[in-house]
Amino acid sequence: MNARNIYDLLLQPFRPWLLGHDFEAIDPWIEVSGEGLPEIARFLRDQDELAFDVLHCVTAVDYFEPDEKKAAKVEWQPHLELIYHLSSTKRRHRLVLKVKLPRWKDDRPGELPEVPSVSGVWSTADWHEREVFDLMGVRFLGHPDPRRILCPEDWEGHPLRKDYRMPTEYHGIQAR
Amino acid sequence: MAELLISISTPDWLAHIIAALVQCALLLAIALCSAAVGIWLERKVSARIQDRLGPTRVGGRFGWLQPPADGLKLICKEDIIPAAADHILFRIAPYISFCAVFCVFLALPFANGWVAVELNAGAFFLLAVAGLEIFGVILGGYASGSKWSLYGAMREAAQVVSYEIPLGLCVVVIILLTGTMNLVAIGNQQAGWFFNWHIFHDPFTFVTFWVYVTCAVASSNRAPFDLPEAESELVAGFLTEYSGFRWVFFFMGEYASMFVVSALGALLFLGGWNGPVPIASLLGLTPEHGAIGGWINTILGPIISMLGLTLDPAAWIGNLLGMCNFIAKAFLGMTFMIWLRWTLPRLRIDQVITTCLKYCVPIVSAMLAGVMLWSFFLPGGLFAALTQPASFPRSAWERTDSTLRVDGPQDVGEMQEEAGTRNVTALRSHAEHGNEGNIQEESR
Amino acid sequence: MQAERAKSDTVEFDVRTDEMLINMGPQHPSTHGVLRVVLRTDGEVVSEVTPHIGYLHRSAEKIAEKLTVRQYLPFTDRLDYLAGMNMNLGWALTVEKLLGQRVSEKTRRLRVIIAELNRIASHLVAAGCFGLDLGSFTPFMWTFREREKIVDLFEEICGARLTYSYLLPGGVTAGPPDGWFGRCEAFLDQFEPVIDELHAVLTNNAIFIKRTAGIGVLPPEMAIDYGCTGPVLRASGVDWDLRRDGEPIYTEMYDGYTWQVIAPINGRYPDDHPYPPVPPEAVVGDSWHRFFVRMLEVVQSMYLIRQGIEKYSADDGELDKPIEIRKKLPKGEAYLETEAPKGQMGFMIVGDGSAVPWRVRIRSSSFCNISPLPELCRGVLIADMPAILASLDIVLGEIDR
Repeated sequence: MNARNIYDLLLQPFRPWLLGHDFEAIDPWIEVSGEGLPEIARFLRDQDELAFDVLHCVTAVDYFEPDEKKAAKVEWQPHLELIYHLSSTKRRHRLVLKVKLPRWKDDRPGELPEVPSVSGVWSTADWHEREVFDLMGVRFLGHPDPRRILCPEDWEGHPLRKDYRMPTEYHGIQAR
Repeated sequence: MAELLISISTPDWLAHIIAALVQCALLLAIALCSAAVGIWLERKVSARIQDRLGPTRVGGRFGWLQPPADGLKLICKEDIIPAAADHILFRIAPYISFCAVFCVFLALPFANGWVAVELNAGAFFLLAVAGLEIFGVILGGYASGSKWSLYGAMREAAQVVSYEIPLGLCVVVIILLTGTMNLVAIGNQQAGWFFNWHIFHDPFTFVTFWVYVTCAVASSNRAPFDLPEAESELVAGFLTEYSGFRWVFFFMGEYASMFVVSALGALLFLGGWNGPVPIASLLGLTPEHGAIGGWINTILGPIISMLGLTLDPAAWIGNLLGMCNFIAKAFLGMTFMIWLRWTLPRLRIDQVITTCLKYCVPIVSAMLAGVMLWSFFLPGGLFAALTQPASFPRSAWERTDSTLRVDGPQDVGEMQEEAGTRNVTALRSHAEHGNEGNIQEESR
Repeated sequence: MQAERAKSDTVEFDVRTDEMLINMGPQHPSTHGVLRVVLRTDGEVVSEVTPHIGYLHRSAEKIAEKLTVRQYLPFTDRLDYLAGMNMNLGWALTVEKLLGQRVSEKTRRLRVIIAELNRIASHLVAAGCFGLDLGSFTPFMWTFREREKIVDLFEEICGARLTYSYLLPGGVTAGPPDGWFGRCEAFLDQFEPVIDELHAVLTNNAIFIKRTAGIGVLPPEMAIDYGCTGPVLRASGVDWDLRRDGEPIYTEMYDGYTWQVIAPINGRYPDDHPYPPVPPEAVVGDSWHRFFVRMLEVVQSMYLIRQGIEKYSADDGELDKPIEIRKKLPKGEAYLETEAPKGQMGFMIVGDGSAVPWRVRIRSSSFCNISPLPELCRGVLIADMPAILASLDIVLGEIDR
């Protein structure tokens, strides 16, 4: 089943949550809204003709250009993008889900954007969401163990953000 | 030794002290040498198993100076005692471990009569003292102030209660057969050809031997029973916090105890200092002086007596051969343990306890009963039963006339007879006095 | 310690058995690097396991945002450093997918040979370390002896022994030297009997079976749920191998080869293997099966290499040259997973029209494979912990990135 068929299947129950799609991309994707994500995820996993039982990866991409000269040229507004790569061992098809988020919640710098967790649907998401939180600064609502995973517990900032600045010192260790 | 010193007009007390010190030094040398050779053997054998060469440079071609070099390096290391450790216990634990093993050497006969202290309850003493080594391990692990060490110590404690029982029972089987706990007497009873060895006495002793091997490996904390150390699980178990010289003591203790259990196995089951072929007695290198022995005595006897010594040179040479035999057997046992270590994965603690308590104890108990019956109905041992079926009806209760003769067998035929009679007598005296009687006698 | 003592002083008669928190790693012999696992234990029984990762975090994804895709290649070697070639391959294919480029048939043949050789090397390390973690040192030396020969072959081909940087996006800088394939075949010929030796000392060893059979059982549903891949997933009885089920750009490499996906389907392995029977104690999805799947995959890789050498020699085509260092990437995203020895290794490149990727994401197989550890280790003994960890065959370079 290709992405177009899957989109058609999703259209019926989840029309207001489907925000966009691109079936011509290298990896065809469907954009959904954050609030509908868990339900769509459950539907994708449980529907027999879809049976997306594997979540390969949760990726976050920071669309933000710190350089003002370059920032004038880019065609997107600053935002974060969550990308979920799914596939099915039973039906042997693939799908990419995208969720767009603001860089900061309510545009207040320092307030992390929020999205519902899908760790209840796929356990893979547990660690991957922790990693996204750690490195990209996205708060996953309903996550069972929302701790940092790669950086130390007391690390400040989220290193994969484009405007991240490495601290000069960490516990007396010179870092820059 | 003491007599010798007295004979050259030394005061009694001084003579005894000097003799004791010399003997201690001699034993210490043997203990350390056995450990050193064991370490070298381990390196070489493991290297061959793993397609390597092992040490090749220190001390010439075979790297035979590697253990002293290792020791030197370890002595040069910084002596670290963790802050959380119990200092006193941490310090004395390695010595307890090593001293216990060393004490075993006191009662270990290397040849007929060549033993520092000939104890009537030698086997009993040996088992008891060898068990003390465990205290060092447990104390060391407990005192280290590290959780991994504590785990090592607790595992050792759990393991010791599971292997000591079957180990003790294995020795009891032999004691039952021989009727004595005197290790020299046990060794002498196996004189003659290899079928006189206790392992070939009957099928039950044969099985008992393998149970003994299992428990002996466990008792020296060697793979697959090296749980207290278990480097992939417990970092290094009770040794985690030890370094330098203290670690050397534990290490020496381990190798010396490997030697001890192998030697004990050789003594109890594999004929002790008696080779597979009784070369010494065929050559007459016994107190009775056969062909060549008599010849040697006629040459050397006058010289010895000129020196004022009371020594039987022929028997002495025979004993020397026996000692070589004994040590060779002990190292064969060590090689077997090394081979095991580099071949098998480690058991889990519950599997060790199951192996020892659920399999070894019932097996060796059955063997105990079996040996009891066997030596009652077929006292001559397996070989006698096979070669002289005529002797079968002449079972134990008919043969009342024999007494335990101390002189050696003259020929092979008589030797078998000899073995049979000896066993009967042993069994008899055992039955008459009972176990408690024996022990009481000895403790008195 | 002091506080504990003070507390126990006030309790006059204390016979409770307390749970103990114990730190396994980051400096522990059997955590395969710098993994730290906090165990809550009651005596020898482990009641709770919390893995802590990140001790080897080197910002691999951040670095990729500063380098062109060819410049980044050496960093992929440092992910799963035991299978550098497979990491290179995954990266190269992802870049090619983004560029919409296909390499020549001859290059693909070479890639199969190299990738499968490295798979053997990686599985050998896994098998050897498994033995080591169970206290058996000798198989470790034997497998490293064989791995050394593969490393020698790689050294001949690219000059490096660990971080190869050989399979570049677009092709290779130089083909194998003269006589290399002959030496490769000679290696395979002498290696074949060694597999039997390994089966003798490990697979068939009664103690090994006792230590691994039924330990750390990972049911297929759970394996899929946690995103476990590679031998770990297949040992749970899921017939899934990206070399056969992956995306066309990857699977076309393996077109025309005869080989099998090794997985115990309904508890049975493919019949044609001449290797030891499954012991009755083993349960599908346990540590023993994870070990056995790897051992059988080594044989399949040997088949693939033999066929690859044959096909490569018969191919008259040319080896492709790699892309230029500052090649511009198109706008768009490409995500590709390949079947690395440890599992499915995924790379994602977000291109923004310049030579430097906007964002790179690395989906690590070990990262997912180790995530069910708390579930697998609940209620096992401390001694089973190394066995389970070894059977998952993790590499921390890949987990922490």
